[in-house]
Amino acid sequence: MIRLAVMGLGKMGLSHLSMIRAHPDVHVVAVCDASKYLLDVVEKYTGIKTFSDYGRMLKEASLDAIIIATPSRFHADNVRDALDRGLHVFCEKPFSLNFAQSEELGLLATKKKLINQVGYHYRFVGAFQEFHRVLGSGALGKISHVRAEAYGPVVVRPKGMSWRTQKNEGGGCLYDYAAHPLDLLNWFFGLPDSVAGTVAASIFSKDTEDEVYSTLRYPGGMSAQLSVNWSDESNRKMSVKLTAWGTAGKLYADRQECQVYLRDGAKPPPGYTTGWNVRYTTELTEPVWFYVRGEEYSAQLDYFVRCISEGRSENVNSFASAARTDRILEMLLADSQANLTASQVIEVRQKKALSR
Amino acid sequence: MDKLLFGDNQFFGVNHMSEEKARAQAMRFQKSSAISQVLAAAYDEGIRTFMCTTHDRLSDICDHIRENPSSFPEFSFYPCMPYAHKYANAATEDGIVGAIRRFTPQEGMLSAALRGGLSLATKDIEGITTLLIDAEMKMFQGLRCPVIFLQNVVVDFLLGLGVKDAFQIFATHVRKKYGAEPGFITMNMPRLLDLLDEVGIENPIVCANINKIGFRMCGGVDAYEQALRKRKFRAIAMSVFASGAVSAEEGIEWVCAQPNIESIVFGASSRANIRSTKILVDRYWRSAA
Repeated sequence: MIRLAVMGLGKMGLSHLSMIRAHPDVHVVAVCDASKYLLDVVEKYTGIKTFSDYGRMLKEASLDAIIIATPSRFHADNVRDALDRGLHVFCEKPFSLNFAQSEELGLLATKKKLINQVGYHYRFVGAFQEFHRVLGSGALGKISHVRAEAYGPVVVRPKGMSWRTQKNEGGGCLYDYAAHPLDLLNWFFGLPDSVAGTVAASIFSKDTEDEVYSTLRYPGGMSAQLSVNWSDESNRKMSVKLTAWGTAGKLYADRQECQVYLRDGAKPPPGYTTGWNVRYTTELTEPVWFYVRGEEYSAQLDYFVRCISEGRSENVNSFASAARTDRILEMLLADSQANLTASQVIEVRQKKALSR
Repeated sequence: MDKLLFGDNQFFGVNHMSEEKARAQAMRFQKSSAISQVLAAAYDEGIRTFMCTTHDRLSDICDHIRENPSSFPEFSFYPCMPYAHKYANAATEDGIVGAIRRFTPQEGMLSAALRGGLSLATKDIEGITTLLIDAEMKMFQGLRCPVIFLQNVVVDFLLGLGVKDAFQIFATHVRKKYGAEPGFITMNMPRLLDLLDEVGIENPIVCANINKIGFRMCGGVDAYEQALRKRKFRAIAMSVFASGAVSAEEGIEWVCAQPNIESIVFGASSRANIRSTKILVDRYWRSAA
């Protein structure tokens, strides 16, 4: 049995807690959160031991592993403390707000031979895994362009006050939402050479951006365009989509399906033909041991557990990989600030002066 | 319970196969009158029960049924609560406690404030839960609701967490206040049956994915078949077509051959599809019986 704790009981922390507590190979021994109120409720109704002091929990709970789901700006410190204690770590995305720090934590985890994983759950969605397979088969020929999109109804009015809408907490559409399609780009194509024309603009939020657009350029001439908007109420829930155009065809995936168009003369992978091919989530999804809100959330936790029990050395969504996504996020952030218009620069300066 | 229950995913842009299809359906059923028309067709075809999420838009449908009692004399609702995206989005905006506060009902503010406020202060989920149930049930006032369901995302979330008390709290409140049978929707049927046994909810109504390809049947097809054969509960099969991965005839034939299924819930957007599903169920259920 793996002795595990959950740090941070927000939406993601509670959701992870529910799934991991049902895992046959895991014993959830403790949880930790800043809200004493929530801890009392959890202790009263689940009987799990609670801590409000993270350091104390690490010291007293004799853990093997931890899930960290605190607001993003705390990730790096929380992760370092856990690694120093010799724990395997699953951390929510984005990994940290400084890629140099993310890389360092990746090296530390590798050095200590600890399993390290970041919660980019789209890599566990069957349709995106199929996208990866088809792409890897080379059937599309040379890829010239990719469009990576994410839309959803997170901030749809000029109010709200959770950490997700506060820049200094690591909130905002870039780190909280665009991180997903960018991580998929990272998985499929690696690091871009450069990014340009990045727009990170507010629609409703006072403190953060609600939409992000950018052009990414890759070695070998491939380009990608990112289009992300978390103030789009027309989507019932978050929708992430990727489309790739190659010399021999086109590839599209979202959470539900993977569509492939292959031109005459393309070399279709096994099971595919030229023309249109569609694979649905029902055939692409592997069963999970327990389901709460989507197989991918269960699957990524099960993968973490298996990596620990099987002592695997290389894992999907490793810290090193998430550090590369953090690096792309920082490239976009820097570019968006370099692209400000004169009046926006003045506004930013005024805000800074006021906050002092 | 009727053999065939009418579901509502098709009306609210829920499609587990394709985002495009989901959007097309959301457009088609943008006006509540389009939903009412399909319900009327279903009623004509002999469907008497509408199993529906407590989506905000459903209150229009409730109004329509209340205003036209003669067109739907034997119509029943099986409300399924809560519409979880509403709470999840609120929790993203306002945090967990903020979200609970936001959904305390406007009407009877004083008693709600006392009950909810007190509940929040004493960390007593019983008070909060019953308050939220009442808020969700408001739109069904005066309508027949013989079974009230807890949605799978909540059932399975609580099941994983191990918040056992919640199931009994829900069951008791639904029985006492609404004279209804509690129902539980789940993607983890065998495991849920164990827990309901443990907390003493006898012969429970449980609605779960039951389909030929094992889609979203956690624990596996074998465990489901075993449970259907051996456990004492009232099973409702949903997703019998596995979001379209199984053909209508194949899906119905297979599910009708399973033991001890009391009802099937299905969704359809046209009279023709409602009729053909009904014909298939009449054929295979009879031959299986």
